[in-house]
Formats: sequence, structure tokens, C-alpha cells
Amino acid sequence: MNGIPSSHILVLSLILFSVGLAGVLIRRNIIIMLMGIELMLNAANINFVAFSRQLGDLAGQVFAVFTIVVAAGEVAVGLAILIALFSNKDTINIDQINIMKG
Amino acid sequence: MGGYLHLIPLAPAAGFLINGLIGRKLSKRLVGLVACGAVLLSFVLSVAAVMELAGMPAEHRVLETRAATWIPFMDAGGGAPSLALDWVFVLDPLSAVMVLIVTGVGFLIHVYSIGYMHEEPGYWRYFTYLNLFMAMMLTLVLGGSLPVMFVGWEGVGLCSYLLIGYYYWKTDCADAGRKAFITNRIGDLAFVIGALVLFAHFGTLEFGPLLAGATSGGASTALLTTVGICLFIGACGKSAQVPLYVWLPDAMAGPTPVSALIHAATMVTAGVYMVCRLAPMYAMAPVALTLIAVVGAATALFAATIGIAQNDIKKVLAYSTVSQLGYMFLAAGVGAYSAAIFHLMTHAFFKALLFLGSGAVIHALHHEQDMMKMGGLKKKLPVTYAVFLCGWVAIAGMPPTSGFFSKDEILWKSYLWSPVIWAVAAATALITAFYMTRLMGLTFWGKSRMDHHTEAHVHEVPGVMKWPLVVLAVLSLVGGFLNVPASLGGGERLHHWLEPAFSAKTYAAGEVHHEEAADPHAAGAAGHAGSAATEYGLMALAVVLGAGMLLFGWNLYNKHPERAAAWRGRFAGVHNVLKNKYWVDELYDAVLIQPFYQLCRIAAWLDVKVVDGAVNAVRNVTVGTSYFSVFWDTWIVDGLVNLVGRVFMGSSSVLRRVQTGLTQSYASAMVLGVFVMICIYMYVS
Amino acid sequence: MTGSAFIFYLLSAVAVISAVMVVTRRNAVHSALFLVLTFFCVAGIYVVLAAEFLAAVQVLVYAGGIVVLYLFVIMLVPQHAPLKAPPMRHMVGALMLAGLLAGALITFFWDAPEVAPVPAAAATTPAGNIETVGMELYQRYLLPFEVASLLLLVAMIAPVILARRRI
Repeated sequence: MNGIPSSHILVLSLILFSVGLAGVLIRRNIIIMLMGIELMLNAANINFVAFSRQLGDLAGQVFAVFTIVVAAGEVAVGLAILIALFSNKDTINIDQINIMKG
Repeated sequence: MGGYLHLIPLAPAAGFLINGLIGRKLSKRLVGLVACGAVLLSFVLSVAAVMELAGMPAEHRVLETRAATWIPFMDAGGGAPSLALDWVFVLDPLSAVMVLIVTGVGFLIHVYSIGYMHEEPGYWRYFTYLNLFMAMMLTLVLGGSLPVMFVGWEGVGLCSYLLIGYYYWKTDCADAGRKAFITNRIGDLAFVIGALVLFAHFGTLEFGPLLAGATSGGASTALLTTVGICLFIGACGKSAQVPLYVWLPDAMAGPTPVSALIHAATMVTAGVYMVCRLAPMYAMAPVALTLIAVVGAATALFAATIGIAQNDIKKVLAYSTVSQLGYMFLAAGVGAYSAAIFHLMTHAFFKALLFLGSGAVIHALHHEQDMMKMGGLKKKLPVTYAVFLCGWVAIAGMPPTSGFFSKDEILWKSYLWSPVIWAVAAATALITAFYMTRLMGLTFWGKSRMDHHTEAHVHEVPGVMKWPLVVLAVLSLVGGFLNVPASLGGGERLHHWLEPAFSAKTYAAGEVHHEEAADPHAAGAAGHAGSAATEYGLMALAVVLGAGMLLFGWNLYNKHPERAAAWRGRFAGVHNVLKNKYWVDELYDAVLIQPFYQLCRIAAWLDVKVVDGAVNAVRNVTVGTSYFSVFWDTWIVDGLVNLVGRVFMGSSSVLRRVQTGLTQSYASAMVLGVFVMICIYMYVS
Repeated sequence: MTGSAFIFYLLSAVAVISAVMVVTRRNAVHSALFLVLTFFCVAGIYVVLAAEFLAAVQVLVYAGGIVVLYLFVIMLVPQHAPLKAPPMRHMVGALMLAGLLAGALITFFWDAPEVAPVPAAAATTPAGNIETVGMELYQRYLLPFEVASLLLLVAMIAPVILARRRI
């Protein structure tokens, strides 16, 4: 319709996913890690929308809506955990949350 | 008929059990009563049985009792027993005579023992053993087969051992008992070999069938000779002939009534009885009989010579017994079986009398047995002296005592067989007369050589000991009239009574044409080869020489006792040899005993060094291999276990690093996993 | 190239660059702001891809709610040493990993056969995107909708409890 091949949209989503993944794996600040997760979720959403557009089925967009809902909930809970973690450990450096080591 | 024979040995066996089990708790009176009562019961039963026997016709005089089956030998197929070993008791003329002697004299000695053993320790034990002996001896004489007889044979050997070693706390008594048993055993080995050969050949050991088979030519002469010699060796052991006589003098260590009963009257005569019992078989083996006669004669002379030089009163009597037994075997060997049994009977009377009399002397002198310390007891012990006189003339063979008739019979029959043998026997008779006179002289005549303390306490025997002595004395004097020879006008009653027992005819099953007259060996065969004149002549010679010796001795010891000491000095060498009994015991010790002990030492050495060494070697090997086991266990078994542990520890210490606790490393791992899955997915589809 | 395609590629580029910025800034607030930018770009991409309702929701929820939440938390939690951050752990390894994954997937998808887009009739219904999505949402996906609301309930209560101060 727009002359944009679905594969390009998928590539975009892939790049965004990778960047988010890299952020999750590399950064030690928990807040930045959570942001990386948000990027990954967005990438997934783009994927859904791309296929919804290609297949003409709105299910993809509906799913993307739900994804956003879940992401919102997840951020809320995740940041709450972070706050709790911080009040216990006094740090947001994920390298120092290593009680499970060994 | 005769179904009660087994009761005769059972009565003293019951006495043995009663006294053995509860005798310790009973009073001495009761113990003696039980013992003597049992023997008296046996005697009465024996008399009844013999009277029953006498009522039967002469050719079939046999009573048999089969009491029980001992060993039922089974057929290979497990069917009915092909043969059985039974407890069979037989009363025939021969065993009738024996059983009366055994129970009669035995009873008298039991009564005597009540008095003699009264102060001794273990009174009940004595009578227990004595009753057991009676039971065994009666089994021996009444036995109807060689095994049953052998049971009795062994049993009396055991009792002999027990009674010789009665004072078991005394070393010499215990040693003497052991010597008796072992010497007996050597003879018993030969006996068993003979019996087994017979069994292998005839398949039965009961006297009836056995003798029937032997006399009807069921076995070769060589076999019968071998068996005869083997059995005779057994008899040598039991009846103290050369070379197995050495135990009898030592056996005098036991109580005197034991010496009287076992080693004079009954047990030692078992050998003679056995030979006479198997007379028909021996008749088929003349070589064996010759051997028996020669050994008997040699023993008689040999033992008599030793008897001259002994100082212990019982030892003199012991050697005398050996010598008289030699006479009995001599008689059997020349075929005069009834003469042998006759002498057995008279010897039982006067030898038992002499022993019991010596017991009285010993008892009176407070256990002094050395004749050199006696003397002049004539006045102090009148009754004892009187009975001793009876025994003395009987053993010297003076008419009309029993000893005269029996000894004369033997001398006559041996002359008929061989004058040489007669000469030996006659010489022995002279020596016998001499040493018995010497015994009388040293003990009763002359001046007293006792020390004053003993002399003061000399006392005559109590009543219970007196009466058996008197009875035996009477028997010694008149017992001979049972068998007065035809030449002197007698009826030879004993000879005729015993004849069927020695005749092959009795045992031959229907083969009547075997007569003992065809036996060339028997004395007096083919009619009386000797004339009556010769008989009278020899008889007279023997009497005169004997009487002369008695007088000589009487004179010597009564009037000139110092001459005896002088002669001892003059013939010191010979006297020394005789006194030391020809050093036979020492010879046996050097030749047999010491090498045997050496063998024992070697065996002990083997046991300690080799057997124990082997055991220790095994131990060492085990200890050595245990080191290997330790190594194995520590290093390999434990090593494996430890290895497993270490592997886990090592791998865990490596793998643990995965658990970094860092969220991002977990995330990385997940990504890696996803990547791998995608790759797989991509390349599979 | 059509205009919408051009806008798409432009927005994509910005989104990517912005996303890279998000993960590389040391200052968390910078990261958050770049995140906002990314969200806006994504919303624009949704519009280009004819998902208008979704774009609106994106801006409302993500940019308007979530990022604000992030900023609150950034303010609440002191950022230790924002300027002299120690070297990032295993940076090379992680980058390689992410790159590997991306590479693999891109390889997989680059030559994916193109499915002919649905004729435009479905996209140009007079009802419009919002209406159609709404119809879908309340008819076919009613249950997930209600469950999602339940989820949001939980997501409301949970942080309250989790972030409580314990006395």
C-alpha cells in the first residue's frame, strides 16, 4: 500500500530489538535496563503491526494494544521492585545484586 | 530252655549300676551287701543252670540264650539281615565249669573284700569296679560267639586297669594300670586280626557254626594255624605269657583281693579258656598247638626262676601265677585240654587262697609287703598260717591235695607228648616247691625281723576275712577228687564231663567219621602210648622230689636261715639276674618304649614346627595379602569413590561459575540459547 | 519512493539513533528523554502503517505514562557516579551476542517471500481504524480485554505493596 516492503519493517523491528537487548545486557543501571526492555517491547509491537498490515487482519493491532497494557503494568511493578531493592541494598547497580552467586 | 543265661552276667551288672550311681551315698554295709548279693545271685543262677545242663544227655549238653540282636547286618538290597551279631550266651560243659569257678571264687573274694577294704578310701568305687569285672568275666565265659566273648575280654581288661590303678593318686599304681592295659591291647590286636580272618572266611563267629566249619575242613591248615597263632598272642597278653607277661608283676600294686580274683583266679585264665573253647579248631592246626606248648613251658620255667629271688610277697605269688599259667598252656598245647581246665580250677583255689592269705599278712603287718621284714608269724597269725600251709602243699603238688592231681595230670600228658617238655615242666615244679617254701620260711618261720612297732600291732584277721580263707583252704585240699585219674582208680569225672566240649564230634553237623583219635598230635592218641608203670614212676618221682624240696626248704629256713644269706652271696651274679627279672622291663624300655617316645617327640616337633608352622605361614600370608587389600581398598576402591567425589567437586567448581548471580549473564545465556534455537529452526526448515 | 515511505525511513532512522542513545547515555535522564523521542518516532511509524489508534495509545501510555514513571523513579533514586561510570561488563561479548542474534534474524527475514498486501478495500472502510479496532476489541477480544483490566488492577496494587517502607 505504501510501497514499504514488510521485510524493511521487520528489519527495523529487529534493529530496535537488538539495541534494546544490547542495552539490557550491557548497562548496569537497572533503570536503563528496564528502558531497554521497553525498547524490545516496542520492537515487538512494530512487528505485530507490520504483519497486521500485511495480512489485513486487525488481530495484530489488537495484540499490540494488549502488549502496551502489559508493558505498562510491567513497568509499574518493575519500578516498584527497583524501589524495594534500592531500599534494601542501597544501590541500583545490578552487578551488586548478586546474592544468588555461586 | 536255658533262656535265663543272660541274667548271670546281668546280676553283677545291676550291682555295678547301683553301686556306681548311688554307692557314694550308701553306707559301707549296704554297698558290700549289694555287691556280694549280686555275685551270690549269679552263683545261684549258675548252679541252677549247671544242674539243668547236667540233666541233659551228654551228646547234646548245650543251653543257649539269645538275648538280643546287637548288630543286624543288612543285605545290600536292604532286605532282611543276611547275618546278625546277637547277644548269644551258651552254657556247655566247659563254660559250666568256668562259670562256677568265677562266681564261686568271686563270691568268696567279695566277702573277703568287705573286711580287707574297710579302711580304704573309695569303698563304693572298689565294689563298683569289682561287680563290673564280674559282669564282664561272666560275659566272657558265657559268650556264645567270639564278639560277645571279646566284649567280656575287653571289659575285664578295663576293670583290671581300673582296679590296678585303684589308688590312682599313687604314680606307680597308675603306671602299673596303664602298663597292664597297653600290654593287653597288643595282644588284643592280634586277637581281633584272628577273629576277623575267621569271620572273612566263615561268615560267622558263633562257636557252634565256626567250629563245625573248621573241623569239617572248611579252611586250610595254614589259615587255621595263622588264626590260632593270632588268637594265642591275644591269650598271651591276657594270660601273661612270654613276652607279654610284664604287666602282671606290676599289677600287684592294686589291692590284694583284686590280685587274688583277677590276677590269679579268673581274668588271667581267660586265655586258657579261649584256647580250650576253640580246641576242635586248634586240633586242626598242630603247629599252633606246638607253639602254645613251647611258649607255655618256657614261661613256666622262666617265671619260676624269677620267683626265687623276689622279696615282695605278692611279687613271688605273681610270678608263680605266670608260671602256673604256663602250665595250663602247656597242657592245652599237648592236647590235654581237660587237664588244663582242671589245673585252672585247682589253681584258682589255691592261688586265691595264697593271695588272700598274703593279704591277711599284709593287713596284719600294716601294709608291709617285704618278706625280709617279716618272720616268725607262725605263732602270731595261727589261722593265716594254717590256711597258708594248705595252699603251700597244694601248689607244691603234694598228694592228696588238688594241686597234686592237676599238676600230675599235666606232667603225665606232657611226658607222652615229649620227654623234653616233661623235663622242663618237672624242673619248674621243683622250683615252684622251692620258692613257695622260701615264702613260707621268710614269712612264718624263723625269727622275727619285724620292727617293734609293727610287731606290737600284729593281729589276726576278722571273721569276714577268715571264712573265705577257710573255704578256699578246704577246696584246695579236696578239690582234686573231682578228677582222680584212672590209673589211681578214680572216675576222671571232670575229664568225662568236659570231653564233649573239646570233641569235634559235638560240632560236626552230621559228619560223624571225624574222631579225635585221628589227631596225631594229641597226647595219648592211638591208645595210651605210655604204660601205667611209667605213669606211676613219674608220679612217684615228682612227689618224692617235691617232698624233698619242701623238707630241704623247711630245714633251711627254720634251722639255718643264715645259709640262705650265704648262698645269696655265693651266687650273687645269678641272684642279681633273677632279682632284676632278667632286666626284661629295661629291655622293653630301651628297645620299644624309648624309640616310641622318640617318635612321639618327632611327632610333637612336626606338630609345632610343621603343622603350626604351616598355620603360621598361612597367617603370615594372610597378613601379607592384607597389605595388598589395604592398598587396594585405600587407593583403588576408596580412590574410585573419592574420584567420583572429586569429579563432582571439580566440575561443580567449574560449573558454579555459571551462577554468577548477575542478572545480565543469565540474560546473555538466554539470548545465546534463543540464538541456537533460531539457527536450528532456520536450517531445519 | 512515496512520501509515506520516505517518512517511514526517516522516522526509522531517528528511532534507531535515539534508541542507541537511550542505551548509551550515562545520564539516566538523558536516556529517558531519548526514550521519549523513540516512542514518538514509533508512534509516527504506526501512523504510517495505518495503525492510528495504536499510535494514539502509544503516545498516551508510553510517552505520557511510562516515561513519566521512569523520570519519577530516576528522581527518587540517587544515581551514583553518573559521570564516571566504570567500564561496562562484558561489553564486547554482549554486543557480539546481540549482533549475532540480529544478524541471524535479519538473514532469515531479508529474503522472506513477500505476501501480497491485502487489497485496499479493507483499509479504507469508512469506519476508520479506531472504530474497527474498537469493534474487534469489544467483540472478538472481549475476554482478553477484561483480563487485561484485571492485570492492570494487579499492576496498580502490586507496586504499592512492593515499594512500601517497612517500619
